[in-house]
Amino acid sequence: MTGDGHRDGTRVVAVEGLARVEGEGSLRVEVRDGRVEEVELRIYEPPRFFEAFLRGRRATEAPDLTARICGICPVAYQMSACAAVEDALGLAPSPGIGDLRRLLYCGEWLQSHALHVHLLHAPDFLGCQDAVELARMEPAAFERGLSLKKLGNRVMETVGGRAVHPVNVKVGGFYRAPSRREVAALAGPLTAALDEALATVAWVAGFDFPDVEADYRFVALRQPGRYPMESGRVASSDGLDTTPAGFAELVVEEHVARSTALHARLDDGRPYLTGPLARYALNVAELPAPAAEAARQAGLGPVCTNPFRSIVVRALEMVVACHEALALVERYEPPDPPSAVVPEGGGTGAGATEAPRGLLFHTYDIDPEGCIAQARIVPPTSQNQIMIESDVRRAVEASLDLGDEELTWRSEQAVRNHDPCISCATHFLDVRVHRT
Amino acid sequence: MSEQAPPTLAVWKFASCDGCQLSLLDCEDELLALAGAVRIAHFAEMSRAHVDGPYDVSLVEGSVTTAEDAERIRAIRAASGRLITIGACATSGGVQALRNLAAEGEYVGVVYAHPEYVSSLSTSTPISAHVPVDYELQGCPIDRHQLLEVITASLAGRRPVIPDHTVCQQCKGRRTVCVLVAHGTPCLGPVTRAGCGALCPSVGRGCYGCFGPVGGANTEALAAQLLAEGLTPPDAARLFSTFYSGDEVFGRQAVTLRRRAEVAGTREE
Repeated sequence: MTGDGHRDGTRVVAVEGLARVEGEGSLRVEVRDGRVEEVELRIYEPPRFFEAFLRGRRATEAPDLTARICGICPVAYQMSACAAVEDALGLAPSPGIGDLRRLLYCGEWLQSHALHVHLLHAPDFLGCQDAVELARMEPAAFERGLSLKKLGNRVMETVGGRAVHPVNVKVGGFYRAPSRREVAALAGPLTAALDEALATVAWVAGFDFPDVEADYRFVALRQPGRYPMESGRVASSDGLDTTPAGFAELVVEEHVARSTALHARLDDGRPYLTGPLARYALNVAELPAPAAEAARQAGLGPVCTNPFRSIVVRALEMVVACHEALALVERYEPPDPPSAVVPEGGGTGAGATEAPRGLLFHTYDIDPEGCIAQARIVPPTSQNQIMIESDVRRAVEASLDLGDEELTWRSEQAVRNHDPCISCATHFLDVRVHRT
Repeated sequence: MSEQAPPTLAVWKFASCDGCQLSLLDCEDELLALAGAVRIAHFAEMSRAHVDGPYDVSLVEGSVTTAEDAERIRAIRAASGRLITIGACATSGGVQALRNLAAEGEYVGVVYAHPEYVSSLSTSTPISAHVPVDYELQGCPIDRHQLLEVITASLAGRRPVIPDHTVCQQCKGRRTVCVLVAHGTPCLGPVTRAGCGALCPSVGRGCYGCFGPVGGANTEALAAQLLAEGLTPPDAARLFSTFYSGDEVFGRQAVTLRRRAEVAGTREE
């Protein structure tokens, strides 16, 4: 699946079928006379036209339909869809519903980050092809990863009814609030998981990191007093501070030939990065105490600009998820009613939440009969594509002394640093379907 | 005892959300045992390693939506002993098969940048529309316990034991109060294949059919009942056209209801 070679003083790194990412993409890097001439992250996963078939559907169907964009982060889609529809309809669910949503989201962060850190990303640092090899080398770390992932799924099952494509989420809140007893049963496992997550931070902080620093413009949600997840304003490292609706207006998407995912920039033409590095840099002051201490011990400063160290930040966010989930479980009161009543009528609204791999926003125009007239969904990987390509360029330039096989692997790793979800990123084209 | 090479397993992705492949990785307790019992020859979501075919068992997620993928599935079929499709996309076209129901030219008016960069078929079709399939495991998403049963059964050379009754029966088994009878909540439980554990009624919502139609489903009778309960024809059509609209039974019922809505002059999608 992997090829590379030299011709006419030109060195080409080519990866067909990127592994250990969600979805289908390939990578091609061309180096001439010691300089990277071209980097192409090609996304060829076929588009699925969600924005087209959402039109004419009930706005209340958006959470279930858009969940199917991604099986790894369905809660992110459900939460952003709910937030956008509720914004459009002027609906404000109770704080208790907000807390239950945050608990559900903690489960997804834990599941998705444990999958990426332990099964998809760590093998790169240990020279393994996959987690099965890793399990032989580091059985304790592998087992810990599975245990964290399993607990993430259990939190999602308890609150959402199912780990992949939860059934209990609706516009306005939940169909049913889980009982106190069901939620309390999570406390013991979460307490143990907090220690496991801390052990994982220490484990990944000890990996060897290539010496690569990038000058990112970070974009993430920000909310006073809380590490961002299910709500907040959109902030950037260069001073942006706006609502999700305001942010949606600033994002310009460009369709380039090599990708079925759109490339996003802000309206000044400059790209930006979303995801764990961005959340961390913009919200370091909101880290709960055990996470702040773990960050200090891991040697993370207030900002981390080495993309290879994103695995440490992701592990740190598992600490955040366990700590937050535990706090939410301990003070849990079933929200009554479990859902706000959805008003009749239409409107326009935007919603943004923090998917495990970065900011995910939806905007909807809803007609007076409650049906979607226009939908726009901008997933994190499509926002990160430009930065991923420039990261690959930087990583290759810093590693030209490596042999071909190692250089190829290093380039792949530079992509995996951002936990790209290609299945998510590709479904947002408005395209003419030719019928014959 | 002679050393016997373990059977090879390959996992392939077509147009899909990755959730059914993830269900394999969600078998946390069994993952290592599985990796010991088979040689995982291709599973891009999990491993960089790739071994060329032939493969004893191929699991296929996703539907066919491009001409290239229609070719690719033929090559995979040729290289596979048993080919098992997993999930609604692979078995019926998935949520993206909603494009199949779109009226001619419905997507044409949509604003786009460069359609010439993208090649896509006008339909999303199940794998079985292109090549012979040995077993189809249903669900959006599939149930991981059923997935393990299907893998175990294929390795042992027997038929998988997967229930072919309705969500409704499973729901009765859970002693959940019937949401349709007691509350008039629209529910596809009477016509939907069991497998999820009758989750939706257990949280007080109606089944939305994410495991597809059960064999012999009488969707027309259920549709009549839903309309009698006050559901409008367009909403009933929407209920039958979500994740299994590419399936003949649900898809046809959705189209019938849409026509009824048009005839009645009610607002159509």
